[in-house]
Amino acid sequence: MGGLDTTAAVLITVVGAATPLLFAALGELVTEKSGVLNLGVEGMMLVGAVAGFATAIGSGSILAAIVVAALAGAGMALLFGILTLTLLANQVATGLALTMFGIGLSSLIGQDFVGTPLPGLDKLYIPGLTDLPVIGPLLFGQDALVYLSFAAVLGVSWFLYRSRGGLVLRAVGENHDAAHAIGYPVVRIRYLAVLFGGAMSGLAGGYLSLAYTPMWAENMTAGRGWIALALVVFATWKPGRVLLGAYLFGGVTILQLHAQGFGIAAPSQLLSMLPYVATILVLVLISRDSIRIRLNAPAAIGKVFHPDA
Amino acid sequence: MGKRWFGGVLAAAVAAAGLLFGGAAQADGHEQLKVGFVYVGPIGDHGWTYRHDKGRQAIEAALGDKVKTTYVESVQEGADAERVIRQLAASGHKLIFTTSFGFMNPTVKVAKAFPDVRFEHATGYKRADNVSTYMARFYEGRHIAGLIAGNMTKSGTIGYIGSFPIPEVVRGINAFTIALRSVRPDAEVKVVWVNSWYDPGKEGDAAKALIDQGADVILQHTDSPAPIQAAQERGVWAVGQASDMSKFGPKSHLTAIIDDWDGYYVQRARDVMAGTWASGDTWGGLDTGMVRMSDYNSAIPADVVAIAKKAEADIKSGAIHPFQGPIRNQSGELVVAEGERLDDGKLLSMDWYVEGVQGKLPK
Repeated sequence: MGGLDTTAAVLITVVGAATPLLFAALGELVTEKSGVLNLGVEGMMLVGAVAGFATAIGSGSILAAIVVAALAGAGMALLFGILTLTLLANQVATGLALTMFGIGLSSLIGQDFVGTPLPGLDKLYIPGLTDLPVIGPLLFGQDALVYLSFAAVLGVSWFLYRSRGGLVLRAVGENHDAAHAIGYPVVRIRYLAVLFGGAMSGLAGGYLSLAYTPMWAENMTAGRGWIALALVVFATWKPGRVLLGAYLFGGVTILQLHAQGFGIAAPSQLLSMLPYVATILVLVLISRDSIRIRLNAPAAIGKVFHPDA
Repeated sequence: MGKRWFGGVLAAAVAAAGLLFGGAAQADGHEQLKVGFVYVGPIGDHGWTYRHDKGRQAIEAALGDKVKTTYVESVQEGADAERVIRQLAASGHKLIFTTSFGFMNPTVKVAKAFPDVRFEHATGYKRADNVSTYMARFYEGRHIAGLIAGNMTKSGTIGYIGSFPIPEVVRGINAFTIALRSVRPDAEVKVVWVNSWYDPGKEGDAAKALIDQGADVILQHTDSPAPIQAAQERGVWAVGQASDMSKFGPKSHLTAIIDDWDGYYVQRARDVMAGTWASGDTWGGLDTGMVRMSDYNSAIPADVVAIAKKAEADIKSGAIHPFQGPIRNQSGELVVAEGERLDDGKLLSMDWYVEGVQGKLPK
């Protein structure tokens, strides 16, 4: 295999590793921008993964499976919303509980699907373009969800910083009392943001069970939900940097596997640690600039909103 | 200090007595045996834990309502394991299977506190009067896989996905490599450690990385079928682990090395009920059926299947041994002389690669 082909193959694997992180982190970013911290990403991903897989097996339609994965994630988020926004439960505790609930629920639903294979998502093929060396398969040979994830980055960026709705959402995340006083429906806006976050987590899970490793296996997210949560902070709540972070993270994960294959003598435990070390490093570096963090971090994040104030 | 120690013993004795009389009795007055299982992965992993749970189901099927089984899945290796094992022992389970290497120390520790509970620890080496160990000679299966891979590979590069660099896994890599190079002397084995027994995404990525580096047969010592799937997608061969994974890659799946604990588990439960259970070390291979090869892929030429089947029979009869000299280590030194065989002690502590494995073994 030539060097160019190998490079392309490595990069394609990186795309696969980065896409679920990108979906989940983008969703969580919008949720957090509205001032809500939902730590249940892992749980929502798992439920999305199993729901999508079950739909794909049951209906044979991948499109339906993707939609159901997103809806299932949103359903989990709705539960979170009812508990934290309507019943004013603690967001951190509820989010953690949501993860545990998601792990259990997805295992229960998935019992009958263990050991069932699925053909997986088709990749795009444009004659001529996809055949180009390196950039061909990379740009024109991905599956639909990868393109959707890029569209989502643009969409979320545009929404948050170029639309009125995004401005209102950010205002709610900065100071819910002020937003309420002006007359914005704080709780309704936060519900929508939480639901969006859930749907994106569901998509991330769906990507895992439908495209990345097309199968259902219990707890198959293996901690990716937590990485997505870290990525949001890593990216200082900016969609563009979430994209960068997700690909950096995916890249380091894949490269350490390649380094081992090439026999680079580094302890594999250390290499497995690399992505997390990278996150901590960047966190340390960016937090040196405390003003920048403060400008981006939603001021009202995690705070309970009492509308009577 | 002395007094406190005495108090502890007293408390333990009282607790033990409570357990003795508090055990679940059946309507006919016959005591029902409660059997506990501690799993490292989810029962739905379709690999290691899945096979152990099949063994648990075999106990229930064979002994019916004379037994009651309980399992705890996805238990982390470490402090959490001790809590889970202790919990099972304290709740009247008289026979407890702990099914991962990392459960060894917690098992031995809890066993000291519960002398009347029998423990069965898989893949470890620490025993006590009430702690047995058991393991399967998976390396015999790896030998067969090596013979097949040597005949099927074109590139001569084999990818091997390892979980953790412990003797059990290293032994598999070495047994495979020796057999592989007996067929293809120039073949090389690339090893990638994923530092997990079970992470479908990462296992799949490791398989893809190895394939990108030229491997055309993928071996795995991890538990999910993701590597099989990746091999199928990229059009290379793969060998399954623990259970038949051919559904995930009908074209790529050459065979799988199946763990079959059913017979052992049922026997040990019977032993406890009959009062004949004794601590011991069981290491079963192809001959006892604890290790089996799944159906060979129809794409494997008939003469290669014949070689594999003959090797199976020869290992069973003892005519051949996967670690039979001459064996050289990575630096080319002769470690096992011609005609010699490595004994079980050396196999159990194996911490070196044979010639033909690339890279350094992480310590």
